[in-house]
Amino acid sequence: MTKLKSTYLALIFGFLYLPMAVLVLFSFNSSKYGIRWESYTLEWYRSLATDETLVWAAFNTLLVATLAASLACVVGTLGAIGIFRYRFKGRAVLQGLLSVTLMSPDIVMAVSLLVLFIALHVKLGFLTLLLSHTTFCLPFVTMTVLSRLEGFDPHLIEAAEDLGADEWQAMRQVILPLAMPAILAGWLLSFTISLDDVVVSFFVTGPEFEVLPLKIYSMVRLGVKPEVNALASLMFAVSLLVVSSAQCLLQRK
Amino acid sequence: MANFFKTSVILLLSFWLAVFVLVPNLLVLTASFLGRDESGFINWSFGFDNYLRLFDPVYLRVFGHSLGLALMTTLTCLGLAYPFAYFLAQFRPSLRPVLLTLVVVPFWTNSLVRTYAIRSLLAAKGLVNNALIASGLIDEPVRLLYTRSAVLIGMVYILLPFMILPLYSAIEKLDRRLVEAAADLGAGRLRRFWHVTLPLTLPGVIAGSVLVFMPALGLFFIADVLGGSRNLLVGNFLKDQFLDARDWPFGAAASMVLIGLLFLFLSAYAYSLKRFAAQDDRQAQ
Repeated sequence: MTKLKSTYLALIFGFLYLPMAVLVLFSFNSSKYGIRWESYTLEWYRSLATDETLVWAAFNTLLVATLAASLACVVGTLGAIGIFRYRFKGRAVLQGLLSVTLMSPDIVMAVSLLVLFIALHVKLGFLTLLLSHTTFCLPFVTMTVLSRLEGFDPHLIEAAEDLGADEWQAMRQVILPLAMPAILAGWLLSFTISLDDVVVSFFVTGPEFEVLPLKIYSMVRLGVKPEVNALASLMFAVSLLVVSSAQCLLQRK
Repeated sequence: MANFFKTSVILLLSFWLAVFVLVPNLLVLTASFLGRDESGFINWSFGFDNYLRLFDPVYLRVFGHSLGLALMTTLTCLGLAYPFAYFLAQFRPSLRPVLLTLVVVPFWTNSLVRTYAIRSLLAAKGLVNNALIASGLIDEPVRLLYTRSAVLIGMVYILLPFMILPLYSAIEKLDRRLVEAAADLGAGRLRRFWHVTLPLTLPGVIAGSVLVFMPALGLFFIADVLGGSRNLLVGNFLKDQFLDARDWPFGAAASMVLIGLLFLFLSAYAYSLKRFAAQDDRQAQ
């Protein structure tokens, strides 16, 4: 490894991390305006905690992320097991539909879901947000679980069947435990994608149900405020924690 | 019992995807051929008017501008990410997972929060301006925000990991003996890259390009936060049509154009994979 190559890697990592690092640093800066460093303070974090609409938006965001990730895990894991275990008509179509969902740009999904909810006269808010978030998390769970299932020895399931396990027992005692790290990783990834989403939420939520990314969006458009620095740093910390746990789970064999 | 389980798990996933992916897209497709009545809702007059309206110079400019920016973003990401992924794949194997995690973290971090971070760096009193002044390159702060370059920088910043990851997985799988063989046969650096390395990693290049190009058309908040409203993108246009102007059929037609682009890309990807499979078969024989 030559020096030049390492320097290049370092430069790109710098580009990826420097803006976030500066943001986190300045969330502790007591100077309200400008970027000059004054002194260390927790004032902005305190003022976040006392802002009631922000606390509610944070609660809503976590609620939707938790429920959407769990729902996506149930449907996605069962679906992955179905695709892995059985050969059926339309299996290729189902997989195709999953990868189209995975690849389709947020804005296209946002538009189509909005049209669906309006056509069905569903009131925009918590329910529409939950269903939408579950939908875009679903392919991530299915793909993660499927790739884990495809990675292990098919004889394990045959062995269980030879020993007299029925479908349900094979699933509960063999497949699920083997797939568990991938399911957990899928849950964590879904949780972060749900936290991350701006575009879909912007389209499918109503005025009564506010979520954090949209709140940040409206604050950011008005300009840089120290409270936003603190809020952004908190969200960054949550993603960092959740994603590194997911990575650990996926890399463990 | 086994059959009941099989049917229900397959039906559950199929049902979900049908209701929340297939049907909504069919609705958008249908709406794109319909007209709009006075109350701002759709009426049942079938036609291609909405698609024809997209050819109006005003909208063509939006699409042209947005496609140009997405293309610039894709090329910039490709230029930065290819060497990065290549060097990363040569790194000590023990350190690679750690470095890869460092790429993955921004991939999953809130993109609005990251756009905001870029905004504070580029602001008039931001770090970039301060650094430029301190180094004596400029005397007055220059306007970096609300420019086309700011939007480009923001897009590249947000989407770079989406290019790195597929490229890395393609380059990691590359059989280096083929490159060595080309070298033994007297091919120079450039020819080795152009005739061996690049074609073999093409699926990664295409996958990365789809993952960067498509969102680059739709991420309306990047243009809002960094570029103001003057840089109109397809994403901002769709947002306006659906949420402000409430001209759904027209917005639906624009959305269908995006879906069309997506399918074009996906078939290019499928084609490149198939060509590789065919080559492998030939080699095997």
